[in-house]
Amino acid sequence: MKKQIRHLLAALALVLPLVAAAEEGPVLPKAPIDIQDTESLQRGAQIFVNYCLSCHSATAMRYNRLTDIGLTEDQIKKNLMFASDKVGDTMHVTMTAQDAKTWLGNNPPDLSVEARARGADWLYAYLRGFYRDDTRPTGWNNIVFDKVAMPHVLWQWQGEQQLQTVKNGDGAQEQKLVLVKAGTMTKLENGHANTLEFDQRMADLTNYLVFMSEPAQVHRLQIGYGVLMFLALLLLPLAYFLKKEYWRDVH
Amino acid sequence: MSKGQKLLNWIDARFPLTSMLKEHVIEYYAPKNFNFWYFFGSLALLVLVMQLLTGIFLTMNYMPDATLVPGTKMSVAFASVEYIMRDVSGGWIIRYMHSTGASMFFIVVYLHMFRGLIYGSYKQPRELVWIFGMLIFLCLMAEAFLGYLLPWGQMSFWGAQVIVNLFSSIPVIGPDLSVFIRGDFVVSGATLNRFFALHVIAVPLVLLALVVAHLMALHEVGSNNPDGVEIKQYKDPETHLPLDGIPFHPYYTVKDVLGVAVFLIVFSSIVFFMPEMGGYFLEANNFFPADPLKTPPHIAPVWYFTPFYAILRAVPSFMGTQVWGVLAMGAAVVLIVFLPWLDRSPIKSVRYRGSKFKVMLTLFVIAFVGLGILGALPPTDVRTYVARTLSVIYFAFFIGMPFYTKNDAGKIPVPTRVTESTARGKALFFVLWAVLIAAAVLFAKNI
Repeated sequence: MKKQIRHLLAALALVLPLVAAAEEGPVLPKAPIDIQDTESLQRGAQIFVNYCLSCHSATAMRYNRLTDIGLTEDQIKKNLMFASDKVGDTMHVTMTAQDAKTWLGNNPPDLSVEARARGADWLYAYLRGFYRDDTRPTGWNNIVFDKVAMPHVLWQWQGEQQLQTVKNGDGAQEQKLVLVKAGTMTKLENGHANTLEFDQRMADLTNYLVFMSEPAQVHRLQIGYGVLMFLALLLLPLAYFLKKEYWRDVH
Repeated sequence: MSKGQKLLNWIDARFPLTSMLKEHVIEYYAPKNFNFWYFFGSLALLVLVMQLLTGIFLTMNYMPDATLVPGTKMSVAFASVEYIMRDVSGGWIIRYMHSTGASMFFIVVYLHMFRGLIYGSYKQPRELVWIFGMLIFLCLMAEAFLGYLLPWGQMSFWGAQVIVNLFSSIPVIGPDLSVFIRGDFVVSGATLNRFFALHVIAVPLVLLALVVAHLMALHEVGSNNPDGVEIKQYKDPETHLPLDGIPFHPYYTVKDVLGVAVFLIVFSSIVFFMPEMGGYFLEANNFFPADPLKTPPHIAPVWYFTPFYAILRAVPSFMGTQVWGVLAMGAAVVLIVFLPWLDRSPIKSVRYRGSKFKVMLTLFVIAFVGLGILGALPPTDVRTYVARTLSVIYFAFFIGMPFYTKNDAGKIPVPTRVTESTARGKALFFVLWAVLIAAAVLFAKNI
């Protein structure tokens, strides 16, 4: 058995790169996020604790870290804490791993650093990428995550999309998501879909997930400018003239 | 006598402080014509110190524990890294300094080694300086590999799995050897604990000892220089000091401070503005917690191993075993150790070498950079073919060296005194860098 495992792993190590070549996916559109936009981050945080945090934990994220995006501890306690009453707590879910497995067929991943692993563009595409698929147990599938276990939690906002094969500009066949039923945040008029509001909400949520994956990043940039100023304006000229002075007599 | 002088005398009667300072700093005479390439030795030392210091503070908060945090798929080790990133004061700076430092270490060391290559710094009488340096490089690779497992992300886990499996392809002892390295039949908590121990104490200890040996050997024989002139051969008849030498302190200490200032600007730009460096210093996939049941689609080592990884992948299996790729990868590193004996030219510096060496050197740089790019990409048929060609060139550079350096007419006679770098030389330096970077970018985008 041990030997088999070893051989299997060795074989995997050699075959994997070949699989990878086939998996280079399409280029995703850029997520319209701005990590300095605290209002967007606050809206995103609201969506996160209301809709995501029921199943997905963020065990590395403390509630009081939301003070970094301009909220006070009182605001956090009153508006954003449903699963805990201590503002220093991390974002846990009450659902046990065992229940999750039974109810959803899978343990929803912790989202603490999901944005760093997936990238903002992927998340933005994923959040807007659910479509109707009757072959799936939940009735939903996702264009960037095939056979995803998660149902479309925000379907009331987005409405329903279908994956349709359409001809693109070059006349080639292309798979495209088409809104077929409007939700509370989308409009459908004469076959023209207006998804602006929903897209903005998802950008807010993506923005928040990016913030949560590294809460220090706003601060990091600020310190960075200071450090670079010190190095470029003080240390560098000082070192340069010191060197020049000492080397005057070297010919 | 001042109090300070008294104290110094008291120490000097018991410990060779002044004589050591004189021998290694104040009266260590270095050639006065050091150029750009000579910054990277002191920068490597700086990065080493930085890695040791940041490493100590990371060790205070990191937990080498592969058990899962209850209710999540995240290990205690993975969570402790996030704890450092979020809850430890200044933890994120220390962690980014350490992760950026790892990559910067390889950048400065590769440039430092390339300096030795172009100016013949490995040649007699500096063979031991070179060998100690190569041992440092081996330790550094081990250190980087061991440390990469610690965050216990997907790439940590599967990267270690792939590399340790390489050992299992060695005939007869391979399978047992790989179990011995892991301490288990797969990469597990036992592996994490021993890699942690090796990473924080065993390898750094050896590394430090080797750095001391490297410097002592260097100070025994004296530094080489861009002209390959032995400055000790031309001394002032009265003072007995090298005519082309200047004391390391203060001349090179102030010059190295300038190098440090420039380096720190580059380093801080990465730490504060792009710590992931587009996925090359911190891989996105490593932010997924390690999952032994889910193999990631593309396992690529961190960029500094990719040239050797590309050679490993380029070698086809033969006689039903993959061991040849492993051997080729090992040989690619070990061959560098033998440069002092492979090179049979009496000329040290590339400035005065013949055209054969210059052509081979250019091909070698193309092969090394090209393999580095290919090793980071998933293979295709074309890429494998190119990687094989480049691997052949890589080995031809070393194996062919005794032949193409033997009768390679250079600019003879080589000067006996150091020269200033010419305007033509400076222009060539910038042109070659620009061509190399442009070619590398074009190659990476189109291959």
